[in-house]
Amino acid sequence: MHYPEQLKYVKTHEWIRFLDETTAQIGITDYAQDTLGDLVFVNLPEEGDEVTAGEAFGDVESVKAASDVISPVSGRVKSVNIELADNPGAINEDAYGAWFITVDNITDTDELFDAEAYAALVEEEKSRT
Amino acid sequence: MELIFEKSMEGRQQSILPACDVPIYLPSQTRETLPKLPQLTENELSRHYTALAKRTFGVNDGFYPLGSCTMKYNPKINDEMASLPGFASIHPLQPAHTVEGCLEVMTLAQQFLAEITGMDGVTLQPAAGAHGEFTGMMLIKAYHESRGDDKRKKIIVPDSAHGTNPASATMAGFEVVNIPSAGDGCVDLDALRRVCQDDTAGLMLTNPNTLGLFDPHILEITRIVHDAGGICYYDGANLNAIMGIVRPGDMGFDCVHVNLHKSFSTPHGGGGPGSGPVGCKAFLQPFLPNSIVEQEKRANQDLSIGKVRSFYGNFLVIVRALTYMLTLGREGIPAVAYHAVLHANYMMAQLKEMFPVAYDRPCMHEFVLDLSSIKQKTGVSALDVAKGLQDVGIHPPTMYFPLIVQEALMVEPTETESKETMDEAVEAFKKVYETIQKEPHLLRQAPYKGVISRPDEVTAARKPRIHYFYDK
Repeated sequence: MHYPEQLKYVKTHEWIRFLDETTAQIGITDYAQDTLGDLVFVNLPEEGDEVTAGEAFGDVESVKAASDVISPVSGRVKSVNIELADNPGAINEDAYGAWFITVDNITDTDELFDAEAYAALVEEEKSRT
Repeated sequence: MELIFEKSMEGRQQSILPACDVPIYLPSQTRETLPKLPQLTENELSRHYTALAKRTFGVNDGFYPLGSCTMKYNPKINDEMASLPGFASIHPLQPAHTVEGCLEVMTLAQQFLAEITGMDGVTLQPAAGAHGEFTGMMLIKAYHESRGDDKRKKIIVPDSAHGTNPASATMAGFEVVNIPSAGDGCVDLDALRRVCQDDTAGLMLTNPNTLGLFDPHILEITRIVHDAGGICYYDGANLNAIMGIVRPGDMGFDCVHVNLHKSFSTPHGGGGPGSGPVGCKAFLQPFLPNSIVEQEKRANQDLSIGKVRSFYGNFLVIVRALTYMLTLGREGIPAVAYHAVLHANYMMAQLKEMFPVAYDRPCMHEFVLDLSSIKQKTGVSALDVAKGLQDVGIHPPTMYFPLIVQEALMVEPTETESKETMDEAVEAFKKVYETIQKEPHLLRQAPYKGVISRPDEVTAARKPRIHYFYDK
């Protein structure tokens, strides 16, 4: 399980990679993909859709469960990684390469954690279950 | 195995319909080409379905400990009663005086279910558990609306709930508020107090919960919700653990559904059909669907949420459930619960030597194993163990539920299994456990003895092949 230093994280297990101050890529963390297991389906928004910090913008389905993917930011969907739809397994292989969407015009963000703080959060969650 | 379409031969047929002796009337919109239905003789068709049946696994084949589903044996006397012509060959629009017996069946079933759940009124209409939940949510909504209390838009659901709970509440137009479980797997009372407000429409809860644990704070829980003006809904999926011993109505619940295809031994799976009667306290009765057998016409019929299904629900399933209740009687119903709980604890005590239990304390009718540590050490997941169990002759337990346990296997033996069957099942688990210790990689590919090997679930979900084209 690893959490790259250069990314930010939210407690609902999405990562965010800022490309500039108001543009960022979003995906789910290594812990999220590992917990979900083999992913079989990804539901993505469309370019131009508005996303809101703390609200679902898509969902993923694995052999175990279906789960919402929560946006860490408010903004507009600039581009969508449509390849994930045909190959959701890419998320299991490389959670940080498999970005879901790029958001621009970011106006608001959820509470963001750095890699170390997020790793601590995951450990706490693991010990609870 | 060949598909029925591949077995089809042009011109084959079966003459089971007598010649038509009334004038034929064809509506104006007749189709120009005949549908391409498979053409077989009755003999071929019968063999086809028998071959399919041989490839399935049901309670008549072996041990079926599918947690939360209560896959108990379905006594044959239930079917015998349901095939009596007076029940099987009737029409719901027949004059009432010609179906008095059927009305009595429904009246008795309503009475017994009300008594077992501690409710005042029952509708037999809902055709499944989730359908019952939806009906219950509609009752709660109608109740608040009838009082002009239109702020109440939120239904509280614990994170250990059956997935149908939040789905039913959402379908009924509520917003779902999820609350985390406390460290002991039960409802977190502080978390509950924090979300109980004047916008709370109600709470959905099953007790024992999905971990198979009886929530000791149940009276406090329902009191907190009631104090906030909310209504308490009991998900009856786990009724098998408590029926005849404690009643949801006495725990403080106002509304409940009962899965006849679980606790009351009617067919489950393969289309059932299911049946999920809903009971409620008197203050919710005016909102029930109007298709209820009653001695006197209810006042305020216009408050009803309306029909949730045609006529009186799956009537022949009600006949089976009533047969079961009459077979068991007042002494037998609690005996079911005692034995269901005893059996689960008997199995848990032996399995936990090998597989850690998620919450190590006496369970009710089912228990949850957590294979997280095994997965970490050996790479063998709950899914792999479930597949491996198929090779040693038992149906796998429910896996990956409840969601709050990462590598969950949920085992529910039910009261209808003998000690010998449970001992054999423990041996089967032991075999799989030994494979985990010696050759864990083998389990990644299990099952080996099934009709098919491990299916590629990703491809099955992404590119399902569900059509047949004759010309290809």
